[in-house]
Amino acid sequence: MSAIVQKLEEKRAEARIGGGQRRIDAQHKKGKLTARERIDVLFDEGSFEEWDMFVEHRSVDFGMAEQRVPGDGVITGYGTVNGRPMFVFSQDFTVFGGSLSESHAKKILKVMEKAMQVGAPVIGLNDSGGARIQEGVASLAGYADVFLQNVMASGVVPQISMVMGPCAGGAVYSPAMTDFIFMVKDSSYMYVTGPDVVKTVTHEVVTHEELGGAMTHASKSGVADGVFENDVEALIQLRRLLDFFPLNNKEKPPVIPTTDPADRDDFSLDTLVPENPNKPYDMKELITKMVDEGDFFEIAEHFAKNMIIGFARMEGQPVGIVANQPMVLAGCLDIESSRKAARFVRFCDCFSIPLLTLVDVPGFMPGVDQEYGGIIKHGAKLLFAFAEATVPKITLITRKAYGGAYDVMNSKHIRGDINFAWPTAEIAVMGAKGAVEIIFRQDIGDPKKIEARTKEYEENFANPFRAANLGFIDDVIKPHGTRRRICNALAMLRTKDVRNPWKKHGNIPL
Amino acid sequence: MFDKILIANRGEIACRVIKTARKMGVKTVAVYSDADKNALHVEMADEAVHIGKPASAKSYLRADRIIRACKKTKAQAVHPGYGFLSENKDFQLALKKAGIAFIGPNSKAIEAMGDKITSKKLAGKAGVPTVPGHMGIIKDTDEAVKIAKEIGYPVMLKASAGGGGKGMRVAYNNAEAREGFERATSEAKSSFGDDRVFIEKFVEQPRHIEIQILADSHGHCIYVGERECSIQRRHQKVIEEAPSPFIDEKTRKAMGKQAVAMAKAVDYVSAGTVEFIVDAKRNFYFLEMNTRLQVEHPVTELITGLDLVEWMIRVADGEKLTVKQSDVKLNGWAMESRIYAEDPYRNFLPSTGRLVSYRLPEESKHVRVDTGVYEGGEISMFYDPMVAKLCTWGKTRKQAIAHMRDALDHYYIRGISHNIPFLASVMSKKRFVDGKLTTNFIAEEYPDGFSDKDLPADDPVPLIAVAALIHRAYSARAGQISGSLKGHEIRLSNHWVVDIAGKQRAVKISDANCASGSVKIGRRKITVESDWTYGEPLFNGTVGGDSVCVQVDRNGIGYRLSHNGAHVEATVYTARDAELAKLMPHKIPPDMSRFLLSPMPGLLVAVEVTVGQEVKAGETLAIVEAMKMENVLKAERDGTVKVIPEEAGASLAVDQVIMEFE
Repeated sequence: MSAIVQKLEEKRAEARIGGGQRRIDAQHKKGKLTARERIDVLFDEGSFEEWDMFVEHRSVDFGMAEQRVPGDGVITGYGTVNGRPMFVFSQDFTVFGGSLSESHAKKILKVMEKAMQVGAPVIGLNDSGGARIQEGVASLAGYADVFLQNVMASGVVPQISMVMGPCAGGAVYSPAMTDFIFMVKDSSYMYVTGPDVVKTVTHEVVTHEELGGAMTHASKSGVADGVFENDVEALIQLRRLLDFFPLNNKEKPPVIPTTDPADRDDFSLDTLVPENPNKPYDMKELITKMVDEGDFFEIAEHFAKNMIIGFARMEGQPVGIVANQPMVLAGCLDIESSRKAARFVRFCDCFSIPLLTLVDVPGFMPGVDQEYGGIIKHGAKLLFAFAEATVPKITLITRKAYGGAYDVMNSKHIRGDINFAWPTAEIAVMGAKGAVEIIFRQDIGDPKKIEARTKEYEENFANPFRAANLGFIDDVIKPHGTRRRICNALAMLRTKDVRNPWKKHGNIPL
Repeated sequence: MFDKILIANRGEIACRVIKTARKMGVKTVAVYSDADKNALHVEMADEAVHIGKPASAKSYLRADRIIRACKKTKAQAVHPGYGFLSENKDFQLALKKAGIAFIGPNSKAIEAMGDKITSKKLAGKAGVPTVPGHMGIIKDTDEAVKIAKEIGYPVMLKASAGGGGKGMRVAYNNAEAREGFERATSEAKSSFGDDRVFIEKFVEQPRHIEIQILADSHGHCIYVGERECSIQRRHQKVIEEAPSPFIDEKTRKAMGKQAVAMAKAVDYVSAGTVEFIVDAKRNFYFLEMNTRLQVEHPVTELITGLDLVEWMIRVADGEKLTVKQSDVKLNGWAMESRIYAEDPYRNFLPSTGRLVSYRLPEESKHVRVDTGVYEGGEISMFYDPMVAKLCTWGKTRKQAIAHMRDALDHYYIRGISHNIPFLASVMSKKRFVDGKLTTNFIAEEYPDGFSDKDLPADDPVPLIAVAALIHRAYSARAGQISGSLKGHEIRLSNHWVVDIAGKQRAVKISDANCASGSVKIGRRKITVESDWTYGEPLFNGTVGGDSVCVQVDRNGIGYRLSHNGAHVEATVYTARDAELAKLMPHKIPPDMSRFLLSPMPGLLVAVEVTVGQEVKAGETLAIVEAMKMENVLKAERDGTVKVIPEEAGASLAVDQVIMEFE
């Protein structure tokens, strides 16, 4: 008996050392943690239960029969984050460069299947050189199996990818299928083809970092939903983010008790919107002053900055915030901001997280680039996402809500549950100047008349009362009482039950 | 008594006058420009009248509009505050003509004291000493030496048109006077195109000490102690106190008598201030008389119990000043720190914008705050960047300083830059605490400007304890999340590691209850008591028995703690995470020396160089306008311009790249 126990211990030790101390040191030298160390940070201390520690690959080609490492380059299992169960697969770069073999893929699939059965999130910590080339098509099959499982799990349990090393070629499509992708600065990159291939095909010279580094994806492509300075920070932040999500699509989002009073007034909000309608202000100030303890977890903060998205809590209950940012491009809707917000809205709707929409939008961004880029379809994504969502939906118009963008930003017409406006709200087809120049085209030569007409239009539409008059706005609220009014609305909506008509699925304009 | 007065001012002083008027049952009228529509003084006053555009010349300096506002509101008197029209004799005369009382001195006193030469002559007549000197023009070097000898060394040779230290020389003997005169003359000529030079006594280790006086229209005049205002930055007072740590009873009495003589010489009525320069041997010389309420008057009020504004109002109404000289008793010590909207780390450039957060220390027997702004208000570019005055009172100077340090810790300002770190730094300088002040204090103590190095080396242990407890509290609370598996809830360890700037300190927490508990750091065990709760920006409590206030801002996974003017970034890890955090690379922030960054938000007025141009250190690169000030940005080193992303006319954010070098 003792012999077999000793063998177990030996095998465990062998698995724990992975690719060996030399490779572990190399990993550290690159500023990266090992796959196991990452799990230590992610999960509550001592909560990790490992599976398939002894799984090895079955390949015999190219001398692989002699090279076997227990675990085969990925560590899988489950643990808890603040006591809530989560599944994890953490790729081990020290073992065959974290490359994906058939066995490696099977380990991932095992946790994903169990996660769906018990209803718990799947967290992928990606650090892999790509396919296990020695295994050929068997490796590709492994990828495809994971992709399929990602799709099956989508909308059932939250799936989060933390890219902490290379992630290239076909491998990118597993993270791409998950709900969020985060990256670590200077040590992770993602691309479909690397700089060498790019150079051969398009003659562009570009570094790994420029082509697919964390900041590239966080600010230019929008592929990454966030970047972190290093592995430790990334995983601690991931723990904070997970606290906002229910474990699955049947559960209500988790509540954390707060001491922040629901009826806390903030009189400084009364002066947030400047008197000059062309002067910007920072919508994030409203967010941080309104939510519990000023704590806002922003998503994709470096991409499409004219739209703010992220998570916060009101009375301890998570909310997803979608807000125009007047500081950037006047807060207009364009291709990137529409895409960014649309995906976020759908995530919240999948997982029963109420949506809080803050509106100050002058309209859609005009321009040849925008039209050629298909703003019609991209804007439609956001419209579709809001319209389709059945979670509690609250809207607050702080200032401008012009034109089609007004409709899109969770208006009453697309099933906003409670639509508020501040007294500074202007809900109209367009700004007064533009409107007058169209309606009173014959008077354009007469500045006096135009001025009078503009004033008239402003009096009629540069306020929330016309919309309130028609019932499109449920109430006009004073800024200082915003938190109280929204907390009340969210509390009332907690039992909201709305279902869309049965269908296989809608056809969102992708 | 007046039924209603108008305050021809704005900001904190308008608010301060309104407070006293209200206490006296006098109604108040505020005036405001476009920029001050939502200002605090407008809200506080019983009525408010709009008087024009933001620029002072189009509003607060418009005597005609202010008089019209008086007539409209039937205000019987005007309090001018300080600055603006407070020392304008024409305004005083115009009010008189309109039958409106001026809460201040008569036009004669204003006029006499408004002119430097007249006032010095008056001082001479009243037997008040002035800095000995020769005001006339000096023919040649020989005459210069002769005059210098007459005055007595050391002397200062000064260009008539001078300023900024140019054309200034100190001489301790004949040879130096000779050389100094020649140098000063040539420098004056080249710098100002005017080679006239005059000579006066050089006051060594000068202190700025002023006497507050109060006079009624019945010939009664008293002095109300002195204030020392030696802590000045470029002739701008920063910290004032009363009494002066330098003046003895004898000197105080002598100065007071001189000040009263000065006031009587011009039939002075109301509150006024006689400024003296005092040398190391307690010789004092008359500088000038301010015929108005001074910014720093609260320190006098705090040690005398008098309300100077109240007496100004009463005296203006013809009442007798019932306070006798013998009634004036100085009780304890008072300090004043001027809170400026400026960035001490960027050479004190003014900062404007929205006051996102603005929380004042609580007022008490020991703390008085005269503020003119509020949370959510706007610091506009049109007016003085002083937003408030923080005053403290203690039985002794040491106590007043201790209260000031504590009050500065409680002052929570976010959204704009402010000088609180600088003020905290001055309060902690040994030389300040020892009271060894001169008007050169700031220039001498901060020769290279202000930086983090000037902040006191705080004992890090209290901050480590605070960070550890706050983090433990957040972690414990996160463990209360709904949906955790029964029996599998997180079990918090007592062992934590606090990381400040890469330096890790292990701590052990016991008896924790939210932010209170015991923290063992090395061999020290510290008990912390606080009612801090989640999201609170101020951690108030006692740490190891000492009362402490730490400002806490969550920053990523860590906390930014501000205390005693210093900021500390602290991250608290579990023992395992701390071990792994050590493996993380230390990232050096990107080298920004290749970039010219905008030091402030403003307008790019001109770009003086072109792409590809080689520039030498000191060469003008661009001009940025902010606060109506043109700031010339110069090259810090030699280089070649690579990219200029912005064109003249662009608006710039702070730290925005104006140009990049190769």
